[in-house]
Amino acid sequence: MSRIELKVNGHSHTVDVEPDTPLLYVLRNDLDLRGPRFGCGLGQCGACKVIINGAAVFSCITPVSSVKSEITTLEGLSQNGRLDPVQQAWIEEQAPQCGFCQNGQIITAKALLDKHPHPTDAQIREAMNGTLCRCMSYFRVQSAIKRAMKTMANASHADAKEVVA
Amino acid sequence: MSSASSIPKHIEDVLVTHRRGFLKNAGLLAVSFGFLGAGTAEQAAAQGGVPAGSPGPYRDPDFHQVDSWIVIHEDNTATFYVGTTDPGQGTGTCFRQLMSDELDIAFDKTTCIMGSTDITVDQVGSGGSFAIERNSWPMRRVAAEARRVLLEMGSQHLGAPVNQLEVGNAVITLKADPAKRVTYGELIAGKKFNVTLSGNNVYAVSGKARTKSNPELKYAGQSIQRDDIPAKVDGSLKWAVDVKLPGMVHARNVKPPFACAKLTGIDESSVRSLPGFIKVVSKGNYVAVVCEREEQAIRAARQLKTSWEKPAVAPFPSSEDLFNYMRGATPVSEVTPGGPGQSEPHPSSQSAVEGDSELRNHRPGDGRGAAPSEKHLPPSKPPAVANPQMRDPESGPIVVGNPDAAFSGAAKIIEAEYEIPFQGHTAFAGAHALADPSNGQMTVYTNDMKSYSMRRGIATFLGMPHDSVRVIWMMGPQGFGRSAAEDAAFEAAWIAREIGRPVRMQWMREEETAWDTKGPAFLVKMRGALDNGGTLVAYDFHARSCDHNHVGYNEPNSVLIAQLMGTRTAKPAAGSAAMPSDMYAVPNRKMVGEVVGLPILWQTPLRTGNLRDPNGPQPTFAAESFIDEAAAAAKADPLEFRLKMLKADTHDDSGFRRARSIAVLKAAGEAYGWDSRPSPKPISQGDVLAGRGIAYSFRGETVVAQIAEVEVNRQTGHVWAKRLVCAHDCGFVVNPAGLRHTAECATLHGLSRALHEEVRFDTDKVTSRDWFSYPTLRHVDIPERIDIVLVNGDPNPERPDLPPYGAGEAALKPMLAAIGNAIYDATGVRIRRVPFRSDRVLAALKAAGV
Repeated sequence: MSRIELKVNGHSHTVDVEPDTPLLYVLRNDLDLRGPRFGCGLGQCGACKVIINGAAVFSCITPVSSVKSEITTLEGLSQNGRLDPVQQAWIEEQAPQCGFCQNGQIITAKALLDKHPHPTDAQIREAMNGTLCRCMSYFRVQSAIKRAMKTMANASHADAKEVVA
Repeated sequence: MSSASSIPKHIEDVLVTHRRGFLKNAGLLAVSFGFLGAGTAEQAAAQGGVPAGSPGPYRDPDFHQVDSWIVIHEDNTATFYVGTTDPGQGTGTCFRQLMSDELDIAFDKTTCIMGSTDITVDQVGSGGSFAIERNSWPMRRVAAEARRVLLEMGSQHLGAPVNQLEVGNAVITLKADPAKRVTYGELIAGKKFNVTLSGNNVYAVSGKARTKSNPELKYAGQSIQRDDIPAKVDGSLKWAVDVKLPGMVHARNVKPPFACAKLTGIDESSVRSLPGFIKVVSKGNYVAVVCEREEQAIRAARQLKTSWEKPAVAPFPSSEDLFNYMRGATPVSEVTPGGPGQSEPHPSSQSAVEGDSELRNHRPGDGRGAAPSEKHLPPSKPPAVANPQMRDPESGPIVVGNPDAAFSGAAKIIEAEYEIPFQGHTAFAGAHALADPSNGQMTVYTNDMKSYSMRRGIATFLGMPHDSVRVIWMMGPQGFGRSAAEDAAFEAAWIAREIGRPVRMQWMREEETAWDTKGPAFLVKMRGALDNGGTLVAYDFHARSCDHNHVGYNEPNSVLIAQLMGTRTAKPAAGSAAMPSDMYAVPNRKMVGEVVGLPILWQTPLRTGNLRDPNGPQPTFAAESFIDEAAAAAKADPLEFRLKMLKADTHDDSGFRRARSIAVLKAAGEAYGWDSRPSPKPISQGDVLAGRGIAYSFRGETVVAQIAEVEVNRQTGHVWAKRLVCAHDCGFVVNPAGLRHTAECATLHGLSRALHEEVRFDTDKVTSRDWFSYPTLRHVDIPERIDIVLVNGDPNPERPDLPPYGAGEAALKPMLAAIGNAIYDATGVRIRRVPFRSDRVLAALKAAGV
């Protein structure tokens, strides 16, 4: 076992685990987070995704000792008690069925929209393709991404106006 | 409208408050704690609650008591306790809508607790798409009765007869003087209703009050947002995978490397020195390791050295040889003929028996207050009989008319054979459960949709008294039938008792994909006779399913751990092969359903079990592809060809069902913009060939017609469903948005099974082990447009008040055929084998010279 320091959702933590422990189990079992979940342990389905350096990363195949930057999980997306526009769009579109995969869907969509605020339909499909859903909520998820895109565009437009004023 | 309140995020909170409040009052729910919806475990503990692992016995809540179903709190809010589970279709929100309506309380002042055996009455859980169709009725009647009793109490309190009172939002007022008022909370909070309901079983439970008619419902019929979604989106929901208990340890299975393998040795020294190692537990051919931490258990399970002996005969043919094997196999003799593509068709399983008897004894509108008058009654035949003329004999071939004569006089005879492979439940996450053996009792946390049979099964399996076991249902990855969640729960409970600590069992991906229960493979031969006018006058349907030893729900002697330990049912469950599920008036039919078995039926990863619409998509793929082939042979438009076989009549049951079928087929065609022409269309020159296909089914009392528009790439064989239409009539719609989403997702599940899903195996093990070897639908496969058309149309203007019927599974059934028919329309090539993988489609196109 070794002591490993992690910064997650703005908070610093020290855990005492084997260095090759997948990040997923540390987040879930040592830090009591529920957003990232086990789906395959193989980096195939996306249930475990977290954001590191702006990218959606499979925490189930990421050794905890390899993480040097801050980790953002589903729980960390909301700011000051306000949901992220992506999460808000998910509720408005009523995207989930069972919802078990939605951590991966939301995290992947968030990373996509942060990097490319105006993805085409093809880019959305491509970026989301590694996040699976067995309830087949895909169509709604894609609708929610497009809704979030619009909300975020309107918000940044409003911000820009404010600056000009 | 949004849902201001929500389900409790932590089901244990409810258990905690319950413990404190009313278990000492013989399990009745009569103490007020304020609104539970936003509570947390910490708050509950601060209120003096005791941990969820508190001692039993865990008595069954009495379904005859109003108090078991409804608690009204001092702040004039209500908590509903229902014995069903919501695997993700939003039925929990629907129950709140219906019960709020019947009770006359604002929707956002209610919450709903589901499916935990010691605090909610046994309504089986969920399954068969019966949540609204059947399970909601007792909930409604109890809520209506509670309202009636509260009005009587209000009458006493206000000193005025009931007919001078009115009620809204849980406040009773004097009509003549609205200032005179009393709230439900003031009348009943802190007290019990103490009202005993009538009825022989939970489905028949009823008070004196009448339920409301559809037009009287205020919340039901509205697209209220699902109450479970916010906590699923912000990460706050506590799922079954999230439960942690003091002293909890982690277990992982070591599965046999091939089917029916005999364990000959375990070398515990191979893992003893690993960090966190606690124990190897084993009995018979069942092996698992237990460690302090999750990653330690995973490592130990991978590292444990075990030796196994192969069975003398190969357990099964390879997936490539499956259909040849099925053709040559001898059918099992004792088979109960399946009904038309129903869910829960297996009399061998406890729940299936419950389901079937419920179905027979308990049809919607049978005096349960749903229908205000006789003329509003839905069809009087039990819904299991979709096409009554098809189900006369109880065994042997089903013969209608004189098929032999019709075939000998036919102008044209067509024949075809269809193949549908094993398809997996393949839950998004591996099966899991947590079992707590504290105090000599057993508490199991699970996402299995049938918590009540799990409780019975685990009690029997462990030899524990029934009331020493309780099962707490929590959310989990999609539950579409008899999933491996049941196997994991039995395993967790057995290990927990072995080692005396709470045990969390989690199946890994390869276990889930390889060893979960499978939907049975089908081989269907069909023959049809057309007359000179191109009418289908006779039809042979011969289905053979590979379904021998179909496991039931939570059976203590067929669950996987029992099989591996050497316990088994006296004889394998017969299985079944379903008939087509339609309302076509084909005058001469012969229908045979046979079941064949694999060489080895026990301790095998090719176990069959109920998978969403358990044997519906397979015969429907065959039957609805065949109707399309008949239409093509008659050079008729496939939609018109179907309509011609459906003669409407709104005054007899069959005619009424045909009338609804016509309305749904037409609605689908209209939404799509269907132009009348025979298939295939002239083959175009480019690489991408486009076509459209239609298919229809009548399941229970629900009608679905689906249209697919596909693009087939003739260079790669890749099929993309560019556009889908699903026209859907399940009678009264409680939550239109929820129904649309359910139908949309079920439609896409059908698409996944049409395009991708096939369990692969060699002759002793399943080789589909992950998402590459068992592909599923992905984001890139999604159509650019999906139209869900809620027909909800009663073609009889004299009875526009249909009750709600089952919704979800029906929307999966016709999709496979719709895709196959669209591929034929686009390419002129009929592919009679699913899934339509690119390599298979390309080979078929090349063979046909397209």
